[in-house]
Amino acid sequence: MSMSAVIPQPVERENYLNTKYGVWSWLLTTDHKRIALLYLLSITFFFFIGGFFALLIRLELLTPAGDLVQADTYNKLFTMHGMVMVFFFLIPSIPAVLGNFLVPLMIGAKDLAFPRVNLLSWYLYIIGGVMMMHCMLTGGVDTGWTFYAPFSTNFTNTKIVEAGLAIFVAGFSSILTGLNFVVTIHRMRAPGMTWSRLPLFIWAHYATSIIQLLGTPVVAVTIVLVAAERALHLGIFDPKLGGDPLLFQHLFWFYSHPAVYIMILPSMGVVTEIIACFSRKRIFGYHFVAFSSIAIAVFGFLVWAHHMFVAGISVYSALVFSFLSYAVALPSAIKVFNWTATLYKGSIHYDAPMLYAFGFLGLFTIGGLTGLFLSALGIDVHVTDTYFVVAHFHYIMVGGAVMGYLGGMHFWWPKISGRLYPEGWARLAALIVFIGFNLTFFPQFILGYMGMPRRYYDYSHMPEFQILNVLSTAGATVLGVGYLLPMVYFLWSMRYGKPASDNPWNAAGLEWKTASPPPTFNFDEEPVVTWEAYNYEELDAPHPQKEEVPVAR
Amino acid sequence: MPDSTLVGLQHEEEHHPELLHHFADAQQQRDASSLGMWVFLATEVMFFGGMFCAYLVYRRWYFGDFGAASKSIDATLGATNTAVLICSSLTVVLAVWAAQTARRTLLIGSLILTMLLGLAFLGIKGKEYKDKFEEHHVPGASFSFENVPIPGHPGEYANPRHAQIFFSLYFVMTGLHALHMIIGLGIFTWLLALAWKGRFTPEYHTPVEIGGLYWHFVDIVWIYLFPLLYLIDRHP
Amino acid sequence: MAARVDALYIFLLIVTGMMALLVFTLLIFFAARYRHRPGVRAEQVEGSTALEITWSTIPFLVFMAIFAWGAVVFFKERTPPADATEVYVVAKQWMWKLEHAEGQREINELHVPVGRDVKLIMTSQDVIHSFYIPAFRIKQDVLPGRYTVEWFRATKPGVYHLFCAEYCGTQHSGMVGSIVVLEPAQYQAWMNSGSTGPLSASGEKVFAELGCSTCHRSDMPGRGPNLHGVFGKPVQLADGRTVTADENYLRESILDPGSKRVKGFQPVMPTFQGLVSEEQVNALVAYIKSISEAKAGAGTSARLGVAVEKRPPDKKDEPRAMQARAQASGNQVQVQRP
Repeated sequence: MSMSAVIPQPVERENYLNTKYGVWSWLLTTDHKRIALLYLLSITFFFFIGGFFALLIRLELLTPAGDLVQADTYNKLFTMHGMVMVFFFLIPSIPAVLGNFLVPLMIGAKDLAFPRVNLLSWYLYIIGGVMMMHCMLTGGVDTGWTFYAPFSTNFTNTKIVEAGLAIFVAGFSSILTGLNFVVTIHRMRAPGMTWSRLPLFIWAHYATSIIQLLGTPVVAVTIVLVAAERALHLGIFDPKLGGDPLLFQHLFWFYSHPAVYIMILPSMGVVTEIIACFSRKRIFGYHFVAFSSIAIAVFGFLVWAHHMFVAGISVYSALVFSFLSYAVALPSAIKVFNWTATLYKGSIHYDAPMLYAFGFLGLFTIGGLTGLFLSALGIDVHVTDTYFVVAHFHYIMVGGAVMGYLGGMHFWWPKISGRLYPEGWARLAALIVFIGFNLTFFPQFILGYMGMPRRYYDYSHMPEFQILNVLSTAGATVLGVGYLLPMVYFLWSMRYGKPASDNPWNAAGLEWKTASPPPTFNFDEEPVVTWEAYNYEELDAPHPQKEEVPVAR
Repeated sequence: MPDSTLVGLQHEEEHHPELLHHFADAQQQRDASSLGMWVFLATEVMFFGGMFCAYLVYRRWYFGDFGAASKSIDATLGATNTAVLICSSLTVVLAVWAAQTARRTLLIGSLILTMLLGLAFLGIKGKEYKDKFEEHHVPGASFSFENVPIPGHPGEYANPRHAQIFFSLYFVMTGLHALHMIIGLGIFTWLLALAWKGRFTPEYHTPVEIGGLYWHFVDIVWIYLFPLLYLIDRHP
Repeated sequence: MAARVDALYIFLLIVTGMMALLVFTLLIFFAARYRHRPGVRAEQVEGSTALEITWSTIPFLVFMAIFAWGAVVFFKERTPPADATEVYVVAKQWMWKLEHAEGQREINELHVPVGRDVKLIMTSQDVIHSFYIPAFRIKQDVLPGRYTVEWFRATKPGVYHLFCAEYCGTQHSGMVGSIVVLEPAQYQAWMNSGSTGPLSASGEKVFAELGCSTCHRSDMPGRGPNLHGVFGKPVQLADGRTVTADENYLRESILDPGSKRVKGFQPVMPTFQGLVSEEQVNALVAYIKSISEAKAGAGTSARLGVAVEKRPPDKKDEPRAMQARAQASGNQVQVQRP
């Protein structure tokens, strides 16, 4: 890393970035921090691919007629948008970037339990990604990311098997990441790092990993069955051959519902860390938040058929799943209350990570509350398969997960890169994202209740839907700008940003007790933990030997 | 920094060639490897679980047809395969014990025997698949299952479409199981190579243990597959 | 029924609105009130089990209330009255085919009298679709290989949207229609109505109703050949032959589309055998002739022995006449018993 000539620097310490140069030192690395950056590059790439598809979708929906792209093209656009965003951006995002980077640091370990498996995990992701890109470039898929049978098995000629295999391979990437985290958290905590002293970020990733491990294999086998059915003309899901299309849905959603918790739990972990740091307080109700994460993971496996209330399941099944869906909403609500209570009597700073956390709190709350609508059977009949659902899940996944991801990237950027990002631009970006997001997705709740179905490229029979669609598209452009900004200034900061100290935020957590960026083996000496998590009282205590005041600027 | 016996590396372990740098000590490495394999096996349970689920649903719906289809696959071959796999699990246990007690010859012999038994399993499976192919029980264009009586229901015949689902599941489930066996053979080849080079000692034989765990798991999956696929609705 | 759903919706809006208001107010208040001030330190508040229990229990009770109300509404939605009139629905890519118990058949439209319980018994010919009437707040997936059921009672006359709400392929967005709710007297009239207007105008109507225009587009390439100007011209077939698009060819294409498939198109056109009456086929043929440029079709058709009627002066280009015709025939669908 080059030095700025303006600020005189001491001799640069060896860290994980400058310890070795050259492409192969990166492509064959087993350092969890380098692997995290490899993931960062790859998922950012896929984020913009998926975002590009979203842009085209929203452009098409500016007018009621299907006049931008053909029907088949549009169907491929929303399918690829979903598949890329879910499997190649959201599922890996926080665990593969921030999790990989921080889990060993936070627990005081030198690396994850299986560093070579970690590298393999990235290569599997890349292989899956290349297969998906190839699939898209040679025609793509038009089934929707949910690839329901019998449409996907018997009624489309697009490249289902290839896309399925890409997801299968990427799924193993996810499984191995989860495996690594579970074993690492169980077996490699530093002396004194008891379960109750773990940062809640770790609890969140632990819960996420359980879901990744137990859920992903089921979608893997579902993909195998679909591929087998297509290739060998089996009849497992084909009614004409005695099969049942609903069985597909059960198998699919058994993974895909917990998958959404894979996407949100890590983000909740990030937000917890940020709120604690920028309120200068221990999280309110530490144990409740920790166990809520586990509860979400467990209950998350019990609610899958709430995606199928009108699919043809029995009334009694529907009742059970509706009830359980309310049960799974409860731990999330508890977390929101605990985060809010953490602010009470805190000392709150409005740095960019905290702005993202606030944004998360607002948007996740709205998204979660609209989940209550969807869990209500009588309402769901009306709004399922409409834009109401689209709005709901984007509030959680984008308003929740992506905000958390961006907040986390800002919070830990000094640790990862050794540089500070420009705070003014970061706050502006947070604001733009928040405004753009609401403008994009709030109108969609209304569209949904009015009856606009999903996956329609032409709504010329319902021109009354246009104005809300126009608002939504306008919001999407604003949102796009908001996402581009961090790309630009993070890159800028790597060369021109102010060098960061070990702990620019004066935050709690073992990761802040080592250099920014950390050395390859994380700590010069193995830490021994004798304090509780979130010891902000100690950190903020007036202390003659303390190094510097809070806040990096 | 308070002294902690957990932290200090024992001198001999510090130089143990098999200790990876990021572990504090050999015990931690062993524990991590072991937990890792158990967790991986949990994912495999879920993987096969999805298919068992599909099987159970259709078995309930098409009770008689599944019975008829099951009767048409060779339970003797299936039982032989079960015996073969159980024996191979025995040889795996022997291999682990041999590694633990520094019996290199027994270790190598047990590994080879395990692999031979695994190959035998695959061979018998191949014969079964061949039989099914010849009887036109492979799902697809040439599938045929006409006039096959439903066991216990004289005068009733199985619905070919429903029987075809049985065979679809049969091939997918045993096929994936066989794939896991082949991977197991690959793992054991690697173990054999390491054992030949003398890499395993009583202090370090983790790969043998976790390879053995994997093999036992593949065996257990078969223990479930066998009765569900071969032994339903068998009447004297 | 819709009113019941809306009542629950409004209840939910109020409840979630209150929850959101509470959380947001606290967030904003705390963010402002406890803003960092130099010299003022945060006060560590460990937690409060009492508070945790409270804010777990109260939401849980609220959730249970919502669940119960939703379940009750759902029960009613899923329990058709015993004496409801039955209408059979067959969904296919990409149209709705409906058959009343009294025998009328409709495509993409469903006429019902106000105030009567109507039960839809539905199945799909191909993939999963979903029969969605937003105005009535009902939706039910339509599956291949089995029947699913939904029911409603319309309370106000009018025309309401019908959408397919389960993605089903290329023309998923085109699989829309109308529920036409009539006063009992009007409904009676509809059941007994005959045809009006020139054949080609009826044909144009049938062409639209049968969903032909979803595939046979004239504005852009579609799944079927553009039919403008096709009559009387030679047609290249997929099997290599060339035929002339005369009346027989048109008729055959409607009733047995696979036999003379046009080159360059997939064999996806469904057969309308049994779904169109002879009068309707004639009307369609007349319409397709009327949109062709080959006005001098006499020679071609004479060779094939089909009588050619002298085409009447083409009034359909007059906008006002067209509107009047559309309005007149709007509520009187020509549906013949096959």
